[in-house]
Amino acid sequence: MANLTLVQAVRDALLTEMTLDPRVVLMGEDVGLNGGVFRATEGLQKEFGEERVMDTPLAESGIIGLACGMAVNGMKPVPEIQFMDFIFPAFDQIVSEVAKLRYRSGGGFKCPMVIRTPYGGGIKGGHYHSQSGETYFAHTAGLKVVIPSNPYDTKGLLIAAIRDPDPVLFMEPKRLYRSVKGEVPEEAYTVEIGKAQVVRPGKDVTLIAWGAMVPVCLKAAELCEPRGADCEVIDVRTLVPLDEETILESVRKTGRVVIVHEAQKTCGFGAEISALISEEAILSLEAPIVRVTGLDTPFPYTLEHIYLPDPERVALAVGKVKNF
Amino acid sequence: MLEKHSKSKKKKISSNGHAKAPSVLRADCFRVLDEANRPNQKVEPKLSKEVLLRMYRQMQMTRFYDERGMLLQRQGRIGFYVPSFGQEAIQIGTTAALKQTDWIFPSYREPGVFISRGASLFDMLCNLWGNASDVCKGRQMPNHYSFSDLRLFSVSSPISTQVIQAVGASLASKLRKEKDVAITYFGDGGTSENDFHTGLTFAGVMKTPTVFICTNNQFAISVPTSKQTAAERIADKAIGYGMPGIAVDGNDVLAVYAATQEAVDRARRGEGPTLIECVTFRMGPHSSSDDPTRYRDSKMFDAWAKRDPIQRFRQYLEGKKLWDQKKQEELEKELKAILAEAVEKAEKEPAPDIETLFEDVYEHPTAQLLRQREALQKEQELRGKFENTSEAFPL
Repeated sequence: MANLTLVQAVRDALLTEMTLDPRVVLMGEDVGLNGGVFRATEGLQKEFGEERVMDTPLAESGIIGLACGMAVNGMKPVPEIQFMDFIFPAFDQIVSEVAKLRYRSGGGFKCPMVIRTPYGGGIKGGHYHSQSGETYFAHTAGLKVVIPSNPYDTKGLLIAAIRDPDPVLFMEPKRLYRSVKGEVPEEAYTVEIGKAQVVRPGKDVTLIAWGAMVPVCLKAAELCEPRGADCEVIDVRTLVPLDEETILESVRKTGRVVIVHEAQKTCGFGAEISALISEEAILSLEAPIVRVTGLDTPFPYTLEHIYLPDPERVALAVGKVKNF
Repeated sequence: MLEKHSKSKKKKISSNGHAKAPSVLRADCFRVLDEANRPNQKVEPKLSKEVLLRMYRQMQMTRFYDERGMLLQRQGRIGFYVPSFGQEAIQIGTTAALKQTDWIFPSYREPGVFISRGASLFDMLCNLWGNASDVCKGRQMPNHYSFSDLRLFSVSSPISTQVIQAVGASLASKLRKEKDVAITYFGDGGTSENDFHTGLTFAGVMKTPTVFICTNNQFAISVPTSKQTAAERIADKAIGYGMPGIAVDGNDVLAVYAATQEAVDRARRGEGPTLIECVTFRMGPHSSSDDPTRYRDSKMFDAWAKRDPIQRFRQYLEGKKLWDQKKQEELEKELKAILAEAVEKAEKEPAPDIETLFEDVYEHPTAQLLRQREALQKEQELRGKFENTSEAFPL
């Protein structure tokens, strides 16, 4: 066991899989000599050479298109998009090509790859270094969307993603890159894609979150305890495929739900979870579902701490559903 | 050859002593056949009789396949078709220079590429119907073939997406120290797309074994090449990406073959990518839904009709005493019979089962997909059958 930060767990997963599987190759902007702007690939080029850890030209659509061709021809690419805010030039390659290839070729061509990208706010990054774009990709058939919230899950989910036969968008909460630490086994292990985790059991209110909002919800749960609400916190971990059972089981127990995400409210993934609960567990509900989310504005710079859900805002929402 | 043609102001290479006839073809294009379809022996590729006759047969089959595709659409038997009339020399000339293990990333206007690689006509026709025997299980429009066992990449509708993907496939071969190259096809309009730029940028920097074939047929649906680029020649764009570029007569199968062979050899030797601009003319509509009289002069069509690539190649073969009218009649009869038989067989195939909708989204269907499949089965039991209310495709 090693005590690693989340970004060190990313690097550890890459190192582990690259050692085990020669088909795994990394590519992206500054991932080689510089080790990535967040150091997620630090030292890997020295370890595995320039052919397996490639500094590419500065073109996100090119990075993903290149990875697509490599995946089709037998490699396991793990392209990095430096910030999720820069992923949109590659949207066509991801949505129309990588995600659709297996289906449109009748299963003839496969495109396994893991698109790693740091996402989310709270790092003074302004509009173009802070966004949470999960909804765009969760809305794409053929793609899996995975978002870890702690170092252990990061390594296990990333290894599972690399071994997955389908393309995976792996969103890394950059606000947690160095602010959380945890025990991480040194050997290879996987955390199953498609399984949520109850990270705090409780009986009164279900808090549902992913990525950097998981610690926010855990803190909110602590705030709520003396105020008389025992919160259960679910770390969704995988938006696609969604572990509906873990969510519904909790809702059937508590009857009260608060969904928390950084992305803007309208059409955020919280709406999907809310619809799921309405469809499958409406008779268990004791109060309307409440969403605590980013605003329907572009992501701000100076006032980002106002924009982002924080523990107190979540706690207020818990009070609202508890006292409905 | 490539070096000689890497700059825009170079004079026409062909100087075989024959009197020059006026041509609609740009003067800078590399060519083997002159306007009277006589070969320039200095650059004429040395191909065996078998190879030459196979190429001719494939060009002719491509033409018949296109004619049949358009006819099937006009008869209302299939929904849509994209013909490649006049572009047969590019499709067959390029593929003749490839090995069977080389990767091909085509656009949607290359039926001849599929034919020459060895895709069966029945399989291709099943794609036109999108039926139960279609390799793609009826999930794509006609002309969007995919044959993974032949390394013929799945055709996309978004333009030029395959250009950068071909670079990735060839990079994978290079990393594994295999000698396979990747060839990719796109149109003049396709050179305006982002993926053309990234494809050539990455290929140049990474020195991948990739051959880029631009079929400059002078129109992207209705928009002429002059509105795609202010560059004098698309081949000149290669300079900016640090690779050789050459323009060739796209209606001269021997010129296309010779240029491609040289590019493929360079790639296989580890010397990097090449851009080949094949100058031609789209003799047909963009698709079965398009009416070219709305946007182009019939004089252009007439001028290029005189340069029909199949007729020109036939004259070359006749000059070599390899072909005559009797052989032509026999070939036409044979190919049309093969095609008719495949059409008859493919048309009888049923539509794909409804359950196939849920296959191949992922390797294993998600719980959500399984529930949606179950719900649809229940709906079908309730309704009996589904009414097809789709309108005709407009593009």
